[in-house]
Amino acid sequence: MKTIIDDMMEKPHTGEAQYTSKDFKPDVDVRWCAGCGAISVLSPTQRLMPDLGIPKEKIVFISGIGCSGRFPYYMDTYGFHGIHGRALPIASGLKIARPDLSVWVVTGDGDNMSIGGNHFIHACRRNVDMNVLMFNNEVYSLTKGQYSPTSHRGQITKSSPLGALDDPFNPVALALGASATFVARGHDKDRAQLQQLLHKAYQHKGFSFVEIYTNCRIFNDGAFDLYTNAETREEHTVWLEHGKPLVFGKKKEKGIILDGFTPKIIDLTETGKSINDVLVHNEKDSTLAFILANMTYSEDLPRPMGTLQNLDRSSYEQRVTDQIKNEIDTKGEGNLESLLLGGSYWEI
Amino acid sequence: MDKLIEHLEEVTIRFAGDSGDGMQLVGTQFSDTSGFAGNEVATFPDYPSEIRAPEGTLYGVSAFQIHFGTRNINTTGDFVDVLIAMNAASLKVNLANVREQGIIIVNTEGFDERNLKLAGYSVNPLNDDALSKYHVFPIDMMRELKKAFIELDVPSKSIQRTRNMFALGITYWLFNRPLEATVSWINKKFKGKEDVILANVHALEAGWNFAEKNPDFRKQYILDKASLPPGKYRSITGNQAVALGLVVAATKAHLPLFLGSYPITPATDILHAISGYKKYGVKHLQAEDEIAGITSAIGAAFGGSLAVTTTSGPGLSLKTEAIGLAIMTELPLVIVDVMRAGPSTGLPTKTEQSDLMQAMYGRHGEAPMPVLAAASASDCFNMTLEASRIALKYMTPVMLLTDGYIGQASEPWRIPEISSLPDIAPHFAPDPTTFKPYARNPETLSRLWAIPGMQGMEHRIGGLEKEDGSGVVSHDAMNHQKMVELRQKKVDGIANDIPELEVIGEQEGDLLLLSWGSTYGAAKTAVDRLHANGHKVSFAHLRYLNPFPKNLGDILHRFERVVIPELNLGQLKNLIQAKYLKPVIGINKVQGKPFKSVELEEKLNVLLTLENLKKWDAAKSKLPVDL
Repeated sequence: MKTIIDDMMEKPHTGEAQYTSKDFKPDVDVRWCAGCGAISVLSPTQRLMPDLGIPKEKIVFISGIGCSGRFPYYMDTYGFHGIHGRALPIASGLKIARPDLSVWVVTGDGDNMSIGGNHFIHACRRNVDMNVLMFNNEVYSLTKGQYSPTSHRGQITKSSPLGALDDPFNPVALALGASATFVARGHDKDRAQLQQLLHKAYQHKGFSFVEIYTNCRIFNDGAFDLYTNAETREEHTVWLEHGKPLVFGKKKEKGIILDGFTPKIIDLTETGKSINDVLVHNEKDSTLAFILANMTYSEDLPRPMGTLQNLDRSSYEQRVTDQIKNEIDTKGEGNLESLLLGGSYWEI
Repeated sequence: MDKLIEHLEEVTIRFAGDSGDGMQLVGTQFSDTSGFAGNEVATFPDYPSEIRAPEGTLYGVSAFQIHFGTRNINTTGDFVDVLIAMNAASLKVNLANVREQGIIIVNTEGFDERNLKLAGYSVNPLNDDALSKYHVFPIDMMRELKKAFIELDVPSKSIQRTRNMFALGITYWLFNRPLEATVSWINKKFKGKEDVILANVHALEAGWNFAEKNPDFRKQYILDKASLPPGKYRSITGNQAVALGLVVAATKAHLPLFLGSYPITPATDILHAISGYKKYGVKHLQAEDEIAGITSAIGAAFGGSLAVTTTSGPGLSLKTEAIGLAIMTELPLVIVDVMRAGPSTGLPTKTEQSDLMQAMYGRHGEAPMPVLAAASASDCFNMTLEASRIALKYMTPVMLLTDGYIGQASEPWRIPEISSLPDIAPHFAPDPTTFKPYARNPETLSRLWAIPGMQGMEHRIGGLEKEDGSGVVSHDAMNHQKMVELRQKKVDGIANDIPELEVIGEQEGDLLLLSWGSTYGAAKTAVDRLHANGHKVSFAHLRYLNPFPKNLGDILHRFERVVIPELNLGQLKNLIQAKYLKPVIGINKVQGKPFKSVELEEKLNVLLTLENLKKWDAAKSKLPVDL
């Protein structure tokens, strides 16, 4: 039974779907605070869109509540600003109903890890093809400064004047634990690198989760400086890239090795140590992904950035489509008259 | 010995036993066979919330009631004429509702010491005069079955599982029913398991033969065919009717159907049915929770589906914020609430009509939404089509209220010709050059639907207040006032697009009985009986609760007294009193059970006596007391 939507999905784009980043900037003022990390995610996202090669009417940005929630208003695509924590099920429903669309979710550490936590873990395991950009600023900003599920223990905020008592989620480890297929981490201080990471997330068919360290200048300024500023990040982060050794430091003079299951740092300038000793990243290895994700809050180890995991698994909406197709192929298209008649009927 | 034949107009039969005794199954078979025979039928399954409660316990009793006959079968029967009790507990639980001189068929195996103790009988009721007011048929079903199976090689355990079929066979004899329909059902159901088919068919026939040969069974009962309009009929529950209604509505609107739902009693059957409709192209998501159920449906609605979420009270509470989002984004959405007894977890398997206020007002902000209520199991089909039509035409979520009673009860449904049902037209934005997300159709005040994929109409919507027309986020004071009023006006205007309320009986006068939702059957039967006794009572039934039919106010003021029966403490009554300033007398029941028609009849009789009329007149300046 062909529907109006089937016709619409098949309708080709009129003219050429060639864009510049300007085509994705709607005529509205961006109302985030000056210097907000979110702005630094917006521009690489707008710049990425023309590279995707899809008509912009096929792109949808969906958000929940929080500073990140405004993101869809700043993208000249289809957009849906949902309610707190619910961006993922809204996006899931849309993508399942409309597999032809490119669905993007923009959320935050409060929206996605706290009120939307349940949706997050289920979205991870379900593997609906969508790209989730989680702005992590380790604080609730739109409600003006309370501790969030990613705030660290002892963090002083308006609702924890004597220090937060909770331990934080490690978002990438949570995503891995919930069977997300694509898990990555980026930050707001290197737009080109972030754009590449988002492109990779887009190319992955299935649920792509990208945690993005975004600085909140007002309520948690400098929270990620160590890991994001050009002067310090070389020393304090390690960039994960498939097939590449885990080296870091200003001169790439340090490497990560595995001692059993425990990551350790080696100094490559020491005699007898070489790049060949260093652990090589394999984004298809989910055991390794867990080990690397758990480096996150280590005091001694660099913080893992880049792609932790990138697995191939069929997407949920594909399975839905296949199940329907299979049913129709084996039993024939449903006949509404016989459906209404049911198992047994009688005539009067 | 020749058997006697008696003609009856209506009978209520109740099969009762342990949860594992297969009572729901034989009840359904009896119901279908009665339908095939041309009777009107209304059924109600009554089962415990435990899946397999310990055997023999009072709380483990599962029952299935069938009211069938020649005319006016509007309820599932006030009192039981024939009770089949498979054990002591099922007798104990159901006896109070058996009519005096009614028939009780008991399986004596279920009355051993252990069963009697579990049922709380100190003396076996079969041995004293506890049942002297009834015609009791004590049968050791297992003994009789073993006799009947003596020449067949069937293990004792398998024979044991066919006791329900034996009991069914006896009832078929009692009402002179053919066995064919059930035999063919058994063959279909157990296809490939020849031994199971053999055992069940043999037990069914054994039951019939047992009654035929047993001198205690002296009388058979005949119920003439009902005079139903010609057509194809099937038995249908409200939940099945909703599921079918959704598929038909989507087809009529040429839209894909999407259901986002989370399992909850007593609404889950809708999810079960829809999940089996894959070859109709239907998509469903069994979501991680109630909120994901509705928000996934909102996402699908944004993408152009006829989107639906189904639930019951506790789930509806969880969905309320998201309903507000659907109201604000003005997206079509059908919300089906199969109401159950609350508050909180309440009585999950029992019925109530107590979500009406929540359906009307259970949201923050000014959040108007159309609310419809189905009157019976088969009416669920019509009202599902209506809910879908209104949702798509007016770009709004619509709440359809059914309840545990009509959701699970079944009745014969005259299957409509698909081609005879009207098309439903969604209103898509036609032109990118003039497109504005919140521009409205001047007549319906509905905004136009532009879905992702429609070129040149890229836009953003969401929960923030929007500027009229452009849909740009706006915090402007006067714009908010305007938008709140527009949303209200849009819903109010639907009153021009729904049928006017019909009054049965005198069009003005002393007494109007006004019912809504599943109370229809009991109210209709009560009024019919009062009419037959020469009383002047008028009757009207509401299917549209928001907005109300536009002639409702006129009707109310044409009657001296208005009575509203409802399975809550007066929710519709309060709505009507507030809106129409018309005092209403409530009849309120919150026992997890539907009204009996006789309950309503008795209460109305009280009102119809002269003395009470005077009392009421004296107190007219005050609000009347409920009955």
